[in-house]
Amino acid sequence: MTDQNTSLSPLDLETPEKTFLDANELVINMGPQHPATHGVLRVILRLDGEKVMGLECVIGYLHRGVEKIGEHRTYTMFNPYVDRMDYVAAVSNGLGYCETVEKLLGVEAPPRAQYIRVILTELNRMASHQLWLGTHALDIGAITPLFYTFRDREEILKIFEKYCGARLTTHAFRIGGLQYEAYEGFEKDVKNFVSFVAPKIDEYEELLTTNRIWLERTKGVGIISGKDCIALGVTGPVLRASGVKWDLRKAQPYANYKNFDFDIPIGQSGDTYDRYLVRMAEFRQSLRIIQQAVDGIPEGPIMAKVPKVIKPPVGEVYHSIEAPKGELGYFIVSDGSTQPYRLRVRPPSFVNLQALDQMCRGQLVADVIAVIGTLDIVLGEVDR
Amino acid sequence: MIAKLKSAYGSGIEPLTYLGQNYMVVDRTLIPEILQVLRNEEQFDYCVDLTAAHYPNREKQFDIIWVLYSFARNERIRVKTLITESETLPTSVPIWPTTNWLEREVFDMFGIKFDGHPDMKRILLPDGWKGHPLRKDYGILQQDNEWVQINLGIESGQ
Repeated sequence: MTDQNTSLSPLDLETPEKTFLDANELVINMGPQHPATHGVLRVILRLDGEKVMGLECVIGYLHRGVEKIGEHRTYTMFNPYVDRMDYVAAVSNGLGYCETVEKLLGVEAPPRAQYIRVILTELNRMASHQLWLGTHALDIGAITPLFYTFRDREEILKIFEKYCGARLTTHAFRIGGLQYEAYEGFEKDVKNFVSFVAPKIDEYEELLTTNRIWLERTKGVGIISGKDCIALGVTGPVLRASGVKWDLRKAQPYANYKNFDFDIPIGQSGDTYDRYLVRMAEFRQSLRIIQQAVDGIPEGPIMAKVPKVIKPPVGEVYHSIEAPKGELGYFIVSDGSTQPYRLRVRPPSFVNLQALDQMCRGQLVADVIAVIGTLDIVLGEVDR
Repeated sequence: MIAKLKSAYGSGIEPLTYLGQNYMVVDRTLIPEILQVLRNEEQFDYCVDLTAAHYPNREKQFDIIWVLYSFARNERIRVKTLITESETLPTSVPIWPTTNWLEREVFDMFGIKFDGHPDMKRILLPDGWKGHPLRKDYGILQQDNEWVQINLGIESGQ
């Protein structure tokens, strides 16, 4: 395995003799319509029997031209589009975008808005990880966690619905703060949720963590070292499971995460089982943050003084947050008008998916499914 | 660090800062070298993003921007270079393997080729698509009508 340059040679699909049946290698298409690829992802596998010699991802089936649309919408009009990219964790996308534009404008959301933002973002992180756990376990063959996690995720979606009217593509934040005040009973709901879900997480762990089949399917599968992760630009729980203790909420804090006390779970071997453990630990850390935040929501305004027509000064800024999938970054170039000149989204799933080739070489076909699940990709974000 | 680079490269680098974020505009000729230096000596081992912007009214129409982050220094910088329409850039894949797909996307959306890239082809749009959508002269409702007609069998614009 190459060490510092983790560039692997691309698949050679053009030369006919390499793909004919009398060769030992078989090229199989795991097509865009597949129940386990988490969306429309096409993976071309080059197999030797059941072993994967290499693979190539073909993406772009969900490309909607969000960056081009961004150049033709005003800053506030673009806000709902942002949720649709990573549709599983829509609130985080909104937080990243609103914070970037606030940076351009030079405003900061008031403290009450920051606290509520953190609560909603951490709830969203839990919802995203619950969906990840359900679908990942389902791909591997464990059907029960799907029902458990989706049932418990409903509680979070109920809170979102009561707050902003939508369960999935929430459009919860506005540039400069929040639009809706926390509804009557918001704090009580969140506190009830925290006490409701803590034993549920233990339930998920009971089902999977020491389960012999789960251990066989996930230990030693899809190993990637910390150095390779950094070279390939992989971030999020995948990076942390490979031993690199780095989380944007601690390294470059945003949205008053400085006020909260939480740990960063890391793994050692960088295999699928470690990624599972890291995400389970992140559940508990998110609960800690929510508990601290909900106890201390200050009174005050929820919206900073932002002009009705948002016209940031000429300049460019890059800001990123720790989305549940990794580092989600926004690079906005402003030319002084009401519409962004260039709006670039740095999607964590897009960069993480590049590592799929390296993680799957030498593994079996069934492991490819496990690795796609463990990378936690959302095609909406990969393709934008 | 900026002072050291400036003394080494003189007028080729212009360090700037906006809203507390440091970035430098470098000359096209310095490009693979300065990125190598940033990675090997200044420990910017993580290439966060590689993107471009199109300014059709300028002589050097494209802005290519690398966003780099250093774990050791917990610092993020941007490196920007300006190129004309027909110029190509050397690939950064030997420096950071992350840029493999990022460069493919810049090629797909802007038409800027990177020399030495192992797999320079479109990534998000279909392979036979003509045109580069994120350029400013590509309309918002424009599509490659020929491709849509041949492959989807419908009149484009529906």
